[in-house]
Amino acid sequence: METITSIKPLLAVLVSLLVTPMLVSSRAPNVREAWTFVAAAAKFLIILSMLPTILKGTEIVYTVAEFPPGAAIKFRVDAFGMLFALVSSSLWIITSAYSIGYMRGLKEHSQTRYFCYFAFALSATIGVAFSANLLTLYLFYEMLSLATYPLVTHHQDHEGRSSGRKYLLYIMGTSIAFVLPAMLISYDLAGTLEFGKQGFLAGTGSKALMGLLLVMLIFGFAKAAIMPFHSWLPAAMVAPTPVSALLHAVAVVKVGVFCVVRVLTGVFGIDLLGSLNFGPFIIFIASVTILVGSFIALSQDGLKRLLAFSTIAQLSYIVLGVGLLSPKGMTGGMAHIAMHAFGKITLFFCAGAIFVATGKKNISEMVGIGRRMPVTMAAFFIGSLSIIGMPPCGGFVSKWYLVLGSLEAHQMPILFVLLGSSLLNAAYFMPFVYRAFFCKPDEAMFENTVKEAPPFCVVPLVITAVISIILLFYPQPFFRLASMMVQSITGT
Amino acid sequence: MSQQYPALLVVVPLLSALIISGAGWVNKRLCFPIAVVALGVAAYSCIGLLLRVLNEGVIVYKLGGWDPPMGIAYYVDHLNGLVLSVVSVVAFLNLIASKKSIEQEFPDKMGPFYALYVLMVAGLLGIVVTGDAFNLYVLLEIAALTGYGLLAMGEERAPLATLNYLYMGTIGASFYLLGVGYLYIITGSLNMVDIAGILPSLYQSKAVLGAFIICMVGVWLKMAFFPLHAWLPNAYTYAPSAASSLIAPLVTKVMIYVMIRLMLTVFTPEFAFNIVAVSEPIVWLAVIAIVMGAILALAERNLKKMLAYIVIAEVGYMVGGAWLGNRAGMTGAILHIVNDALMTLCVFLVAGNIVYKAKGYAFDDLKGLVRKMPFTMGAFVIGALSIIGVPPTCGFFSKWYLISGAIQAGHYGFMVALLFSSLVSVVLFFRVIEICYYEPFGDHHGHDHHSEPMDEAPITMLVPLLIVAAGLILVGLYTSDIINHIIEFAIPKGLV
Amino acid sequence: MSDLMQMLVAKYNYWIYITLMMIGLYAMIAKNNLVKKIVGMSIFQTAIILFYVSIGAKKGATIPILEHGHGEHGHGAGTHIVHAVDYINPLPHVLMLTAIVVAVATLGVALALAIRVYNQYNTLEEDEILAQIREK
Repeated sequence: METITSIKPLLAVLVSLLVTPMLVSSRAPNVREAWTFVAAAAKFLIILSMLPTILKGTEIVYTVAEFPPGAAIKFRVDAFGMLFALVSSSLWIITSAYSIGYMRGLKEHSQTRYFCYFAFALSATIGVAFSANLLTLYLFYEMLSLATYPLVTHHQDHEGRSSGRKYLLYIMGTSIAFVLPAMLISYDLAGTLEFGKQGFLAGTGSKALMGLLLVMLIFGFAKAAIMPFHSWLPAAMVAPTPVSALLHAVAVVKVGVFCVVRVLTGVFGIDLLGSLNFGPFIIFIASVTILVGSFIALSQDGLKRLLAFSTIAQLSYIVLGVGLLSPKGMTGGMAHIAMHAFGKITLFFCAGAIFVATGKKNISEMVGIGRRMPVTMAAFFIGSLSIIGMPPCGGFVSKWYLVLGSLEAHQMPILFVLLGSSLLNAAYFMPFVYRAFFCKPDEAMFENTVKEAPPFCVVPLVITAVISIILLFYPQPFFRLASMMVQSITGT
Repeated sequence: MSQQYPALLVVVPLLSALIISGAGWVNKRLCFPIAVVALGVAAYSCIGLLLRVLNEGVIVYKLGGWDPPMGIAYYVDHLNGLVLSVVSVVAFLNLIASKKSIEQEFPDKMGPFYALYVLMVAGLLGIVVTGDAFNLYVLLEIAALTGYGLLAMGEERAPLATLNYLYMGTIGASFYLLGVGYLYIITGSLNMVDIAGILPSLYQSKAVLGAFIICMVGVWLKMAFFPLHAWLPNAYTYAPSAASSLIAPLVTKVMIYVMIRLMLTVFTPEFAFNIVAVSEPIVWLAVIAIVMGAILALAERNLKKMLAYIVIAEVGYMVGGAWLGNRAGMTGAILHIVNDALMTLCVFLVAGNIVYKAKGYAFDDLKGLVRKMPFTMGAFVIGALSIIGVPPTCGFFSKWYLISGAIQAGHYGFMVALLFSSLVSVVLFFRVIEICYYEPFGDHHGHDHHSEPMDEAPITMLVPLLIVAAGLILVGLYTSDIINHIIEFAIPKGLV
Repeated sequence: MSDLMQMLVAKYNYWIYITLMMIGLYAMIAKNNLVKKIVGMSIFQTAIILFYVSIGAKKGATIPILEHGHGEHGHGAGTHIVHAVDYINPLPHVLMLTAIVVAVATLGVALALAIRVYNQYNTLEEDEILAQIREK
């Protein structure tokens, strides 16, 4: 594998951090938002400029500071990191537009703080995507936890406070209690923390020790919301909707899953997991999370809580795909990061738009809302199709590969998990969509006129919905990146 | 000039203490500038010394030209070069920050305060630089006596708390003196290098063992190692803020240095770990210290007392790390001396700023401070992250070495204690941050807060604080340099 | 029994200093009055001073002052051989001069603090002071 050294990964991480003084110092909100867009666009362009290199099969590395040997603060851009960075940086641009509509529409307080921490969180997200070793990954993972805390507790009321506590307790508690010791034990065993194509733990310890490390690392990255460490995510839904949309459907939770996938592929390595026969264990915990998460989602009335539980279930698809340890399954799992991101962010945008336009949060109050907000609800329909995994949406592609992967790995029960989950997804989305369009409204405000949320809210959600559809027909470069990564891992 | 650095860093503060107490009678405004100059010279000499040590190796300075072992010699090697720089820089920064709070808290006592302050720094620097076991005792008592004076200047309960500290401190110093007495009986020398040369053939003697243990107990008393910690929380809590932010970061750390110096130089690691063979119980004591420090901190509803209990837990980190008996643990302990001095300074300076503006440090006084004092609270968050051990702040890296040491030594109890204390620190600090951030509650969702005006601490208090906060991150990023160029040479090759 | 007596007698200076030290320590731990604690502290320090002084002493030796300093008359060292056995060891005694100064200073600071405590609470009994603090 060819590598080149370039400062671009560091720039991509820092650009949103550097813009925060501008955000704080700008007096007029319009200037402030302009800076956010500048940073978002710059970040996206820097990442995009690295894409051709990555697609050629070259990796970009940059070392910031050497710490003990094998555990520097170091960036390495590979196909998988690129995939994730592309998804989150492109969605940041769209979310920034949406944030303007949402925050101004609701006249939220402390908007400057909000935009600053948002930028800060994106820095950490890209840092995670480009980490070359477990130490750097851990560094940015913790940075992200801290950056999102003020966003989760944005409203500064009692509910925000208790959710903030829960959020920190789960996220920082698990990372300090599990990841930190597991990382140091791995370092003691292997003498390095650098992610390898075949991991670095092979042949360093007994099966019991490996099992312990695996459990600590999978559950330690609690942002992946694998049960039983999932309940911070519904609690975090008290945050403003753009935060839930970008951070709790894309950046934060995907960082968790990204970390888990990195641990499985880069720390343990597929061969080691296969030879120790840990695959079924990973599949088992992922399947449990998928099914239980979907069942709980069925019983939710709060729209955002429903989406949160749906996210919990969908995240485990990714873990499941990698846990299958088969090339197609892994490709599907990694591609699902992108597919789910565009679908789920659309749904969150819709939830936020509904709240801005009508002030409603619960599904039971939204009967007939399709008459008042047809565009939003149409986008919602597309987003939910993507989550269910039906054509004509991108979610279909990744789910299809997961099915192929489970056939390839001869894991028939997984077919039923996937099928059951799709049915459950349909069961909690479709009645809502049906009632929104075809039932007679209970509330007078849904009658008569079409009245959508402000354009800054509606345009972004239309864009993401359209992208969700496009991804079925043209799932590049995400699919290409995922299969490149799988190729380099499996060597086929 | 640079040949005289070892003498300068003690003599200049010592003499200027005299000048300050005189100048205090003439015009009390003179006191602060003299102190700044004195500690500036001291800090400059210390850093100059460290740089010289990096180039030339160990520096021996014979006071008055008398040869050791008859005369007193100052030895500067990598270990105390590092500690000297930290002590002098911390003292200097805190001095700048103390100006306003002294003017506010006791404007009529500026002369005595600065005289004691500078004298105490002279004592602390002397402890670190000296190569003579008895000289160390004298300087120990200089630092202690001036420390009592500084602490007792505080609020109402300070004299009683200080008196309790004085009892314990005197016993500690006396124990150390007794241990030195036994060493003198055995070897006939007081010079550390000399003693170290004579001792190895006598390691099986019970008197050597006794001397070592008595010295250790004395040092532990002075550093508030659990269960000898009872004097610390009250003494640090009720002290004036400028005094507690000098004493809390430095005194315990300097005593840790003395312990490590005794273990590594006067005795050998081989003796400390293999012949004495008490590492295991001492590390378990450290585990208890860490756990109890964390739990007791949890019970406090008062910022300074909470921080004082954290200091006790941190002492456990360093003692445990030093006694793990391997290189990684010792590296972690030495690195943590530097890091802990800086982060303790950071949080105590924050406490000082809060006391200056909010006139209190109980949790109830902290409400709404994030809006009022954003820079101070920003520094507090960085200090808190460092104590919790979040990268890239320096606290993470020393914790890294301490935990690696624990894993290598197979001492999982110590590892669990470190992680437990990190978790408790998350709770401790975010509880404080929550109070500063939320209250008074924003009950009107959807509208702009009627924001309170910013009411920051004065610039002379803010700048040192921000320098320290930035230092926490910089030291973290340069950890590998500190270890490769300094700490590697500070630990004997024999210790693996 | 006789062994024990022999040990006690042969090393009586150690036993005395240890006894004094324990008395001091006892006073510091058990006494309720702050000044009594200070007295205990002083006894404790004095015990250690005694220990140092005793280790410098020798039977039948004199104070270490040389009547005829060498080189004085240019006779060479041969005529006045200094027998170290004849003199007591001055170094521990000199050290204790410093330690006494330290002890006095400590005592001064301690008493000053005790006065401040007394002015505040009008008592020096620790339990009464703690009761007053608790009342507030």
